[in-house]
Amino acid sequence: MSLSSASLIASGFFANEAVHTAAVIGAVAALVCGTVGVFTVIRAQSFAAEALGDIASTGGSAAFLAGVGPLSGIVAVDVVAVAAMERIGVQRARGRDLATGIVLGAAFGCSSLLLYLDTTEHSTTGAVVTILFGSIFTIAHSTILPAALLSAAALALVALLYRPLLLSSVSAEIAAARGVRVRLVGACYLLALATAVSLAAITIGTILSTALLVGPAASALRFTRRPGQAIATAVAIGAGAVWLGVLLAYDSFYWPPHGTGWPVSFFVVALIFAVYLISGLPALVRRQSSGRRSAQLGEDRPGTA
Amino acid sequence: MFSGFMVNAWTVASIVAVVAGLVGFFTVLRGTAFAAHAVPNGSFAGAAGAILLGVNTLVGLGVFSLLGALGIGWLGRRGRHDAVTALALVVMLALGSLFLSFSSEYAPEVFSLLFGEVLGISTNQVAPTAALALVCVAAIALLYRPLLLSSVLAELGEARGVSSFRMELCFLLVLALASTMTVPVVGAFLIFSLMIGAPAAARSFTNRPLVALGLSVAIALVTVWIAIAASYQTNYPVGFFVGSISALAYALGRLWAAWRRSRTVLTLTPRTDTAPPSTIVT
Repeated sequence: MSLSSASLIASGFFANEAVHTAAVIGAVAALVCGTVGVFTVIRAQSFAAEALGDIASTGGSAAFLAGVGPLSGIVAVDVVAVAAMERIGVQRARGRDLATGIVLGAAFGCSSLLLYLDTTEHSTTGAVVTILFGSIFTIAHSTILPAALLSAAALALVALLYRPLLLSSVSAEIAAARGVRVRLVGACYLLALATAVSLAAITIGTILSTALLVGPAASALRFTRRPGQAIATAVAIGAGAVWLGVLLAYDSFYWPPHGTGWPVSFFVVALIFAVYLISGLPALVRRQSSGRRSAQLGEDRPGTA
Repeated sequence: MFSGFMVNAWTVASIVAVVAGLVGFFTVLRGTAFAAHAVPNGSFAGAAGAILLGVNTLVGLGVFSLLGALGIGWLGRRGRHDAVTALALVVMLALGSLFLSFSSEYAPEVFSLLFGEVLGISTNQVAPTAALALVCVAAIALLYRPLLLSSVLAELGEARGVSSFRMELCFLLVLALASTMTVPVVGAFLIFSLMIGAPAAARSFTNRPLVALGLSVAIALVTVWIAIAASYQTNYPVGFFVGSISALAYALGRLWAAWRRSRTVLTLTPRTDTAPPSTIVT
C-alpha cells in the first residue's frame, strides 16, 4: 500500500510550494471556468472563448514586455477584446463567428509584434512558449490573491444574473418577451467569460485555455440536462483534471525522454478530452440499444424493412 | 526588395493570398470561421511532430490538418459543433506542446510556425506550394455551384440532392489542404486573418457571389503585398501587418455598407428603420 502510493506520488509532492500554488490556482480556475463554461456551451459561443484565449497571448506578451505579471495584462486585453466583439455584433447568432474572427485576426497581428519585441529586446525565446502553452508551476505565489478576487467577482456576476442569463442563453426570444434586457445580460456574460478565460490562460496557457472552459462543461451537459447539476459536474471535472494533471506532470520528471518532465497542460487537456469521449458513451449505448430494438420491431412488421 | 530571395517571398505569398481569398470566401459565407481557425492552428502540432521525427514539415502538417478536419466533421455530427471544434483544436495543440517539449531546440521554430516566416522562403518551397494551390483552386472550381448552394441555402441544397454533410466534409478537406500549404509560409495564426478579413470586407462591398469572390482574392493579394513591403522596410513580423491591414479592410467595408444603407434608407424608405437586404443571405 505504502509502496504503491509512494510510486504514484513522488516524494516531496505535498511539501512543494509550486505544487501548492498550482493546486490553488487550478481549483480557482476550474471553479470559474466550470460555471461560465456551461453558459458558453449552451450559448454556443465556444469560438468567442477560444478567441479570447488566443487574444490573451497578446496581453501576456504585452505584460512580459512591460515587466508586470501576466494576469493584469491578460485581463486588460481580454476586456478590450470583449468590448470590440460586442460592438461588432457577437450578440447576433448570424454574424457571431465573423465578429469573433475579425477581432481575433487583429489581435494575432498585435500578438506577433509583441512576441517579436519580447524575443528581440529580452533575448529570451522561452517567453513565447511559456505564454502560449503556460506552465502552472511557474505561477508566482502572489498571483493567488488577485486571481481569487477576480474569480469571486466573476462568480458574483453570474450568480446575480443566473436566471435571466440562463433564460436568454436557452432562448433569446422568450427572454426578450419576458422583459429581460438580452443584450445587457449578454455583455455581462462576456465580461465573466473574459475573466474565466484569463484565469484559464495563466493556468494552462493562452492557446489551451479553451480546454478548461469548454471541455468540462460540454462533458457535464452530456451527463446531465439540469443547469445547476451541470455546473457542479463541470467544476468537479475541471478541478479533477487540473489536479491529476499537476500530479502526473510532477511524476513525469522521471519519465523518458529527457527527464525534464512532460508539460502540465498536455496532461490537463488529455484528461479533459478523455472525459469528453467517455461522456458520449451513455448516449451511444442508448442509441445502439434503441436502434437494435427498432430494427427488431421493423422485422416484426412486414413491409417496413 | 525584388531581388534574390525576395522573389520567392513575393511568388509564394501571392499564391497563398489567392487560395486564402477563395477558401476564405466560402468560410465566411458558411459561417465556419471557427473551423478555419482550428484546422490551420491544430495542424501546427503536426509540424512540431515532424520536426521531432525529422521528416518533412509538410507531411506532418498535412496529416494533422486532415485528421483535424475529419475529426471536426465526424464528432460534429453528434455533439455540439462549436464545442467539438474547440476540443479537437486543443487536443491537437496539447499534442503539439508535448512534441515541442520533447525536441530540444524549439522556440524559433515555434515562432515561425505560428507567425510565419514569409521572408525566409527557399526556392524548393515554391513548387510544392504551387502544386497544392492548384489542387485547392481546382477543387473549389469543381465544387463551386453545389458548395455555394449548400452554403447559402442548406435546405434547398438538400432538396436538390446536395448532401450538407458531404459538402461540409468536402469543404473541411479543402480547408485542410489550404492549411497545409499556407502554414509554413504565413503561419498558423495569420492565415486565419487573411481568410476572414479579406472575404468579410469583400462581402460588405458587393452581394454578387462571383464579384465578391474576385474582390476577396484581390483584397487578400493587396494585403499580403503591402504587408511584405512594410515588413521588409521595418523588419517587424509580416503577421503584424497582415492582421492590421485585414482588420482595416473589414472596418472600411463596414463603413461603406453603413454609408450605403443610410443613403438607401434616406432615398427609398424615409420613415422606416428596416435595413435593405444589402448582403448575401446566409
